[in-house]
Amino acid sequence: MTKLDPQKIESDSSGCCSPGGNLTGLSLIGEHKQSDLLIKARIQTSVGEIPVVDTELKFSDRVGIWKARWGIGRMRFRVTPGLYAVGNPTDKSPVFVSANYKMSFDFLRKSLSGIDSWIMVIDTRGINVWCAAGKGTFGTDEIISRIALSGLDKVVSHRRIILPQLGAPGVSAYQVKEKSGFRVIYGPIRSADIPAFMQAGLKASPEMRRVYFTLRDRIVLVPNDLVASFKYPLLAAIFLFILSGVGQGIFSLNRMLERGPFYAGMIIIIYIIANILPVILLPFLPGKSFSAKGAWAGFLAALMSGLYAWNHPGIFGNWPTAAAWFLICLAVCSFVSMNFTGSSTYTSLSGVLKEMRLAVPIQIGTAAIGLILLVTGILI
Amino acid sequence: MNGLRYLPDVVTLEYDETKCNGCTMCVIVCPHAVFTMVNKRAIVSDRDACMECGACAKNCPEDALSVRPGVGCAYAILVGKLRGTEPNCGCDDSVSCC
Repeated sequence: MTKLDPQKIESDSSGCCSPGGNLTGLSLIGEHKQSDLLIKARIQTSVGEIPVVDTELKFSDRVGIWKARWGIGRMRFRVTPGLYAVGNPTDKSPVFVSANYKMSFDFLRKSLSGIDSWIMVIDTRGINVWCAAGKGTFGTDEIISRIALSGLDKVVSHRRIILPQLGAPGVSAYQVKEKSGFRVIYGPIRSADIPAFMQAGLKASPEMRRVYFTLRDRIVLVPNDLVASFKYPLLAAIFLFILSGVGQGIFSLNRMLERGPFYAGMIIIIYIIANILPVILLPFLPGKSFSAKGAWAGFLAALMSGLYAWNHPGIFGNWPTAAAWFLICLAVCSFVSMNFTGSSTYTSLSGVLKEMRLAVPIQIGTAAIGLILLVTGILI
Repeated sequence: MNGLRYLPDVVTLEYDETKCNGCTMCVIVCPHAVFTMVNKRAIVSDRDACMECGACAKNCPEDALSVRPGVGCAYAILVGKLRGTEPNCGCDDSVSCC
């Protein structure tokens, strides 16, 4: 952070805060206590004190991001909407608009190192910019009312706000201009490009305007997807655990304890593979639809375990069981991969509807045949 | 897009070139470079790259663009089907949400 004018800014080392509900948003809600010192000082403006935030992420911020990636308290990972300051901004400093998902806010402030500016956090109910824009909460009306609520027109003398480009699906720039007087400038997609965008005179290169889906982009999504739907394979595992005890003589506890772990373990392993393999191999798997790509990944996984079984005869018991796991692996990988469309950056609603019409009946059919074979394998 | 392309010939993007005033807003907001400026007018140069996010239609001051906006998310479509509603990410229950 740049030097602070001691006359304008009071230190906030005490960690105490003014009462909540202030329009300029002085406190953090959710699991982040005010004493977390995200706010390092306050700056005096005509609308009152505005908190100055750090541009460096602390260890606790990184832990928070890590937890959000694993889906722990993600919906509570929020920042109070309102105005924040970075460095030592004046009435001529640029204004950046952010969602109140703390990860969005953290990435923004981190990239504003050395740029004296204002951040206007709008209320997206703790959802990131792109998703919130799709739902309309990162939207025209919220921006207009937040400008009015925060008194932005008194804090800055210019009439420009810089929005992340991915906010555009929810925001009509010309309507914001019409109703608030502020001109919307769409900044780059990735906050890391902001310094270059500023240097170029608020111009983003075509490269900065394109969304990608790199291996890194994809991998960071895996933990949350894995955790979010874990209850389904868990229920299936419990069901199969009990089912494995069925056989000659109706039901045997011993048989269940002997075979159950294998059946339960298999479904969990397949679920984990389905969440990782198609994601990593996405660009290399045949087909354009995610369900086809997933089926190929499932085929690959089944092939590898088939090779393993070749060297360890008898591991699947009998051939119906082996065939059952093969089919179940295909169906689960295809289905889980199809759901990854929602995490991807390039699938359209029309396209997903089209692939589902074909894929879902095939997935259900394959899984059903797999289950019948599995039961057959258990009974013989 | 490092070789990643979704299904061809599916999107609902419609564009009336005669209404274009050359403001370039669609070129700016599109995250998949669907539009290009030619002779001070936007043209749709890569229609199949469109993901129907709706940013172009929302930001076109001349109403030259239309698209059925939505999130290409199978989970949301399944939840919508099961509840008999529009595609829904399940954000209302604040448990898991995209």
